Amino acid sequence: MTENPEPREYSGQFRRSWAKLKRNKAALFGGALLLVYLFTALFASVLYSRSPSAPNLIMSLEPPSQAHVLGTDELGRSILGRIIWGSRVSLLIAVGVVSVGLILGVPLGLVSGYYGGRIDFGIQRITDMMLAFPGFLLALALVAVLGVGLKNTVISIGISMIPIYIRLVRGCVLSVREQVYVEAARAVGTRDFKIILRHILPNVMVPITVQTSLGMGTAILFAAGLGFLGVGVQPPTPEWGAMLGSGRAYLFNAPHVATFPGVAIFLAVLSFNLLGDGLRDALDPRFRI
Amino acid sequence: MTDQAKPLLVIQGLRTLFHTIDGIVNAVDGVDMEVYSGETLGLVGESGCGKSVTALSVLQLLACPPAEIQGSIQFQGVNLLDLGRDGVRKIRGNAISMIFQEPMTSLNPVLTIGEQIAEAVRLHQNLSRPEAWRWAEQMLQMVQIPSPRQRAKEYPHKLSGGMRQRAMIAMALSCNPQLLFADEPTTALDVTIQAQILNLMKRLKEEFNTSIVLITHDLGIIAEMASRVIVMYAGHIVEEAPVRDLFKDPRHPYTQGLLGSVPVIGRKAKMGRRLQEIPGIVPGPLEMPGGCRFHPRCPRVMEVCRSEEPREIRIGDHRRVRCWL
Amino acid sequence: MFHYIIKRLISTIPVLIGISLLLFFMLRMLPGDPAQVLAGQMATPEEIENIRHQLGLDRPIHVQYAVFFSRLVQFDLGRSARTQNPVTQEIWARLPNTMLLAVVAITLACLLGIPAGIVSAVRPYTWMDYLVTSAALFGISMPVFWLGLMLVVVFSILLQWLPAGGTGSWKHVVLPSVTLASFVIAFIARMTRSTMIEVLSQDYTTTARSKGLKEEVVIVKHALKNALIPIITVVGLQFGLLLGGAVLTETVFAWPGLGRLIVDSILARDYPMIQGAILVFGLLYIFVNLVVDLLYAYVDPRIRYD
Repeated sequence: MTENPEPREYSGQFRRSWAKLKRNKAALFGGALLLVYLFTALFASVLYSRSPSAPNLIMSLEPPSQAHVLGTDELGRSILGRIIWGSRVSLLIAVGVVSVGLILGVPLGLVSGYYGGRIDFGIQRITDMMLAFPGFLLALALVAVLGVGLKNTVISIGISMIPIYIRLVRGCVLSVREQVYVEAARAVGTRDFKIILRHILPNVMVPITVQTSLGMGTAILFAAGLGFLGVGVQPPTPEWGAMLGSGRAYLFNAPHVATFPGVAIFLAVLSFNLLGDGLRDALDPRFRI
Repeated sequence: MTDQAKPLLVIQGLRTLFHTIDGIVNAVDGVDMEVYSGETLGLVGESGCGKSVTALSVLQLLACPPAEIQGSIQFQGVNLLDLGRDGVRKIRGNAISMIFQEPMTSLNPVLTIGEQIAEAVRLHQNLSRPEAWRWAEQMLQMVQIPSPRQRAKEYPHKLSGGMRQRAMIAMALSCNPQLLFADEPTTALDVTIQAQILNLMKRLKEEFNTSIVLITHDLGIIAEMASRVIVMYAGHIVEEAPVRDLFKDPRHPYTQGLLGSVPVIGRKAKMGRRLQEIPGIVPGPLEMPGGCRFHPRCPRVMEVCRSEEPREIRIGDHRRVRCWL
Repeated sequence: MFHYIIKRLISTIPVLIGISLLLFFMLRMLPGDPAQVLAGQMATPEEIENIRHQLGLDRPIHVQYAVFFSRLVQFDLGRSARTQNPVTQEIWARLPNTMLLAVVAITLACLLGIPAGIVSAVRPYTWMDYLVTSAALFGISMPVFWLGLMLVVVFSILLQWLPAGGTGSWKHVVLPSVTLASFVIAFIARMTRSTMIEVLSQDYTTTARSKGLKEEVVIVKHALKNALIPIITVVGLQFGLLLGGAVLTETVFAWPGLGRLIVDSILARDYPMIQGAILVFGLLYIFVNLVVDLLYAYVDPRIRYD
């Protein structure tokens, strides 16, 4: 293993990472895209003041026009409007999912890695079992148990993310734990809790941050997948995946219904991925080019 | 000793720059030196003074977008820097070889030792596979690795540090090069193993009649192995002398400091002096002081040292110093 | 080496048992009473009790599990509540279809992704590199099912070259497998690129060059062989994920595979089928991981002699 630097000097580290991040044009683009996304989600009611779910059957399946920039869906609703309001839904899901993963995954990973022994063994076996399934399947299975809807979508995908955080945090803890300064802290008699907080947690922050950004993108993809299958967020709530799902039936005569929500998903996930990549490059102490 | 005939390698005005985000780094800044056939030349300096980069520049092992090499490197009459990629490749491992500091990471973990030696031989000597393999086994025997036949079939992680370094030496000498660059070959090894490896190198040098450029920061090794020494600091050559002259009468304050900072038991009694140290640290590549590069740390600094870079002065046969004193 | 294989095989057993336990309890936790569901709305309490007895639900829980497990080992997964056919039969009919897609997709991914990653790593920051990294980034950001739909729009509707779904000829395989492969190609390309870059900056690469070897030899014989170690791991992982991504792709293209079976079962609350299908998926995934571990030992000599 490469040697870990001393406990970081925060201000110097942050400034250097920030400068590195700013130089990365792709990451900046991702950041800008993300800001657009956040703005849309927060100010949805301002951007599209009408109700996105109110049917208007006269205007059903209209192609893009001046009145409706992105066309209308099978119930005559403006696709643009639904996409705008859908951004709020997907953002909610993304934040919710990642929160579940962090709140449950990080402490478990810390404990598992720091204390080792039987606690570690137990937690690792459970993680193994959860990771024995591809993530989406696990979420799908959980949805089968819990039922459909926004809340269950968040819970299911969130739970499927927990083992990833556990593994990530545990791996990091294991390498930090062996560092000399941890040994020194213990030799001086520092309490475990403090050691974890002061020394281990800061080093774990970097991979957690990167994973969180990428995880939000994954959450959106998974939620869209569940929505597409009809087992995620239920109508009439505008969710991009569900929009794709229902638009599928009209692929031949009105392909725009399925096209645009997909573009929205793509852009949102892209922004998280660009940012996550940029963060990884900027925060990784080994990366120097 | 040194052969007074034409030198094997002549480096003139070598400048190796690195283009980094924070600016241009002159790792090697105007180096002239010669290597003669059959000698062992020591290249000494602290970390970061440019000695490794010099060696890497000769073999052009630096990635040339961030790096840039200027000057001339004449080997047997040909300027290596003018050769195209294929030309340099023919020289590498063949006429000029190199061994590196960390035998653990310098050997490919997924290839057998035998294969790593044999491939160079196959390439440069045009031998068939079985012939090259036998050659590899013989080389392993020559570097005194026990049971060479079995060892050849093994992977690097099965060997100890000393044996890995021997394998590297075998690899480098397999095509009978005229010049060998040894970059800190014993720094990563235990002291007892160090002695073995150095003796091995001495013996092989006699047998193969290879010139060695020994790069190190350890003056003890220099005293033992080298016939001539070049001292580098911050990308410049600051002193050059035959080994005995250097130790008896160092001219440059940096060399004096280096020699003074070697711990000697009973020093205080013998010389009445405590362990000397050179104050300060080597300047970072972007913070080079003006004038003589050593002046901020020099105990005998003068006014002129601060403003102008000293030129090289020839003091005698193969002796030069770059200093105002 | 033999030792290693045995060790790995043995370590899968607890995981298998664990999965069966997990499934067992998960399904017992489902809301609603399966006996009631089976009996229907109009059933009398006696009829429900009857069915419960038939299903063995009135026995103590550990007995139920023992029965469950013993049936499991005999490959008896019960009957589908939807079609009344044995679960194993339904799965067996669908499994080859999903495997076909997965194998084609992984092959495409390796044939395209690995070379792309290598090219990208060997010539970093050139237009080739930017092309590959951008394409890869797009590939992992796109929802798979959306890509599938777009491909259908272009190739089936507009150009009319390929069919939009179902099975039959090789033409039917193209779109689903390309869709399925897209994410994997992108992921593997990125992975290959970063691994190769790291390997190319290692000391032994410099040593190889110092011997005068041709650059192609250095890249393939020295660098790639080392890079393959993590790449193989990733390919194996991806194969497992493909089995999961197949769910969405199969739905889009009406492909009669295991993935669609799972989805339909979930929507219909066909518990025995869900249980069986997920179990089979889990087994496949574990099996693939095992193969990957063995391949790993083959490529990395350091593991072999442990």
